[in-house]
Amino acid sequence: MSAPGSALVERTLAIAARRAPDAGVVALVREVSEAVVRWANSTLTTNGQTVERRLSVIMLVPLEGGTGAGVATVPAPTALAAGPEGDAVIGEAVDGAVEAARRAGPARDAAPLPAATDGAPGDWDDPAGATSMAVFGRLAEELGASFRADETSFGFADHRVTTTWLGTSAGVRRRWVEPGGAVELNLKDPATGTSVWGGEGATDVADIDVTALVGRLRDRLPWGRRRLELPAGRYETILPPSAVSDLMIYLAWSMGGRPAQEGRSAFSRAGGTRVGERLGALPLTLAGDPAAPGFPDLAYTPVLATTYSGDEVSVFDNGATTGRVEWVRDGEIATLAYPRAAAAEYDVPFAAPTDNLVLTGGEEATLEEMVASTERGLLLTCLWYIREVDPTTLLLTGLTRDGVYLVERGEIVGEVNNFRFNESPLDLLRRATEAGTTERTLPREWKDWFTRAAMPPLRVPDYHMTSVSPGR
Amino acid sequence: MVSPVTHAVDADFLALPRAALADAALDAARRGGAQHADLRVHRLRSQHLELRDGRVVVAADQETVGLAVRVLRDGVWGFAAHVDLTPETAAATARRALEVSGTLAALVTERVTLADEPVHAGVTWVSPYDVDPWAVDVADKIGLLTERSTGLLAAPGVDHVAASCVQVKEQTFYADSAGTTTTQQRVRVDPDVTITTVDRAGGGFETLRTLAPPAGRGWEYLTGTGWDWDAELAELPDLLAEKVAAPSVVAGPTDLVIDPTNLWLVIHESIGHATEYDRAIGYEAAYAGTSFATPDQLGTLRYGSDVLTVTGDRTVPHGLASVGWDDDGVAAQDFDLVRDGVLVGYQVDRSFAPRLGLARSNGCAYADSAEHVPLQRMANVSLRADPDTDRSTAALIDGVEDGIYIVGDRSWSIDMQRYNFQFTGQRFHRIRGGKLVGQVRDVAYQATTTDFWGSLEAVGGRSTWRLGGAFNCGKAQPGQVAPVSHGCPSALLRRVNVLNTGSGS
Repeated sequence: MSAPGSALVERTLAIAARRAPDAGVVALVREVSEAVVRWANSTLTTNGQTVERRLSVIMLVPLEGGTGAGVATVPAPTALAAGPEGDAVIGEAVDGAVEAARRAGPARDAAPLPAATDGAPGDWDDPAGATSMAVFGRLAEELGASFRADETSFGFADHRVTTTWLGTSAGVRRRWVEPGGAVELNLKDPATGTSVWGGEGATDVADIDVTALVGRLRDRLPWGRRRLELPAGRYETILPPSAVSDLMIYLAWSMGGRPAQEGRSAFSRAGGTRVGERLGALPLTLAGDPAAPGFPDLAYTPVLATTYSGDEVSVFDNGATTGRVEWVRDGEIATLAYPRAAAAEYDVPFAAPTDNLVLTGGEEATLEEMVASTERGLLLTCLWYIREVDPTTLLLTGLTRDGVYLVERGEIVGEVNNFRFNESPLDLLRRATEAGTTERTLPREWKDWFTRAAMPPLRVPDYHMTSVSPGR
Repeated sequence: MVSPVTHAVDADFLALPRAALADAALDAARRGGAQHADLRVHRLRSQHLELRDGRVVVAADQETVGLAVRVLRDGVWGFAAHVDLTPETAAATARRALEVSGTLAALVTERVTLADEPVHAGVTWVSPYDVDPWAVDVADKIGLLTERSTGLLAAPGVDHVAASCVQVKEQTFYADSAGTTTTQQRVRVDPDVTITTVDRAGGGFETLRTLAPPAGRGWEYLTGTGWDWDAELAELPDLLAEKVAAPSVVAGPTDLVIDPTNLWLVIHESIGHATEYDRAIGYEAAYAGTSFATPDQLGTLRYGSDVLTVTGDRTVPHGLASVGWDDDGVAAQDFDLVRDGVLVGYQVDRSFAPRLGLARSNGCAYADSAEHVPLQRMANVSLRADPDTDRSTAALIDGVEDGIYIVGDRSWSIDMQRYNFQFTGQRFHRIRGGKLVGQVRDVAYQATTTDFWGSLEAVGGRSTWRLGGAFNCGKAQPGQVAPVSHGCPSALLRRVNVLNTGSGS
């Protein structure tokens, strides 16, 4: 039902070439087809099926002393790809971006647009991918069967298909379709007040086994029958993969090269950056990789597409091929994120933020085995409301959520109150004494922005719980 | 103060085929058996300007628009949205919403009923502002931000300057099957300047950000109306230098005088979200969370001291949540949430009002875009100033022997029941014998909501009352953001737990 974005990209590039022949041009069309369903108190609450399409025009305009960049994003209804009215809207967007570029002045991140490595792909003119409520057939059946009187069910399932067309005046033509979905489930036992959470991501939401997820959460509900109160303090703590992912995502987001070089980041040190610094004894590697070896579900298209410049990315890099980046390698800080211009300025490799994060280097132990080998410690479920307290050390605060359990002599002996913590992910990597086997996980805190993660459980001997949180 | 110009809704929004879209969508919904249906055409224009050290990093314009149809059939919601603004698509989207309503209806055990609302037909509302940001040349805007950046960069001790301004114009057309049709236009701006000093030899750095809150105002806010930029920017470098040289705080229970530029965020997190009825009955349990302030405690929960009186409103001039009518077609109102320290109300929309036993919604429905369904979102939730005495901030400080005066917001975090929170700030001024005697650093304060508000001894008078706020209040799945303001006076709180967040904490 929608005109292919390819026609819109070509039309935009042609109009821009006429209006600003000297300028570099990036045309980006994104269509998002999404289906969602949400439930609470074991009843469906909201739902929806939506289609959204946008065109972004980025104009890179030669100026005295350099090149300026301006960006205009407009809605892209079907009518935009045909007819004089569409031409007028596109022309206005181009003119607006040119004007913004002129007024912005020479950009520090200016660089020639990446050259095309090959021609338009075979699916360039294909229509956008789409989803619908029909993907929730299995979920509806399994979820409906799971509702029962002695517990309440809360959760959210979404499936989103994003189709991107990227064209540049340097000849780049790329189209890619990224389907992705997740189910998040929260069960509460009204008798004990205990609350458990679990989530799973998948390329196709219909692949998610909701019955199995419910089963795993129900295994935990009985742990809440024995309630224990513990004070704030430092505890040996096992962080499960979801909790580790939320901390590692924040770490990766903070790894901008320029801020580190300029002395205004936790990755700065007197006279330089912390690249090369050994964090801890464990040989952990935190990497992003479009090919996602070992985790094919986490793969993504190795092409940079952005409508904003910042410390880590640049609109001038649109169309660049991206690759594997090891942010932390064998326990050492290895790479910081640099757009191409900043990479040249500091004489370091170009490294774009990665769309997945995989932490490896641990042992074979599963979470259960790590619990079994614990004399006394805490087992967490997930973390929540993580915010930066001190950027100089990357000190973060946040809370435990939906289940903190006391482990004694290798057994879960009861559920403990929640805590607020104050910890830096850098310090956690410095102090972690054990990492288990890496598995795909769903971040609880940052899932709206980042879903492709695989992490091991981590053992931290002295996790800093700074106050008791009475909420459950 | 110059009274705001009353603007008209932009002609290009009025030129959209609003009536035809409404007729097509509502007719299709009715034919499909919907007892209630509404169509919303939602357009957001934004411009983001960002400079680093006086050079432009981002100059980006964005516009999104789409149509959204919501149907209620046999007590089950259905929602669909599309980017194409044609009557054919409007009708197809209504049919899609009916399909959506039916798809998972088997999972519905609680049917929705809507509180009655008078019909508001053919009404229009425009927020008060003087200068439409889209009437100002982008060169002038960048020029102003550049001038401010270079001025600060020239000051001793300032190594980096980040200056930005986000400007938003939000336009909605709402039409429902009862006959309400509203057309609205709101303008808001969020300017921000942060300066950084770097200790190259020692390896540390420190920052300070301006206190100017985002506001429901036009470009005039950048040039002196509603905020004194010249005065604030002039003192910023010296304040940063003092902050860098300040001693680290001694942790422990501490008397605090909290400035409105910091306190608004505590109100947002610990009262605003906690008095959302949908949260209180579990609708956000799996995501944003619930509330310790459960409905069984309405009228009895001791939220704080007698000084604590908190209202919700969607009417305050320049408030980021102020509207004419909400996204349920309900007229904007003012209402009480906490009176003399006791919980007395909740924020609701038309679907939740009947469940709370209210005859009418208090107007808190909002959707952040066409692709998202309206839900209960936060009103401007504000703390009342002392109605009897216009006590100054200095007078509150005068009542503290040994404490800290906290200015500006920075880090914030609160648990999923809105109980355990921790905040930091931009500046922490040490109070000794009722006087400010220089800054301290590494301060965070942590408390439980009811303990914190229970320790509220006094609030400032009307002259200390300010609107703070944010563009990015998050809630719901899929995630939505909402702009919201919070008014408050300065406040004096006794023996709040202060942490030292410095190295070795």
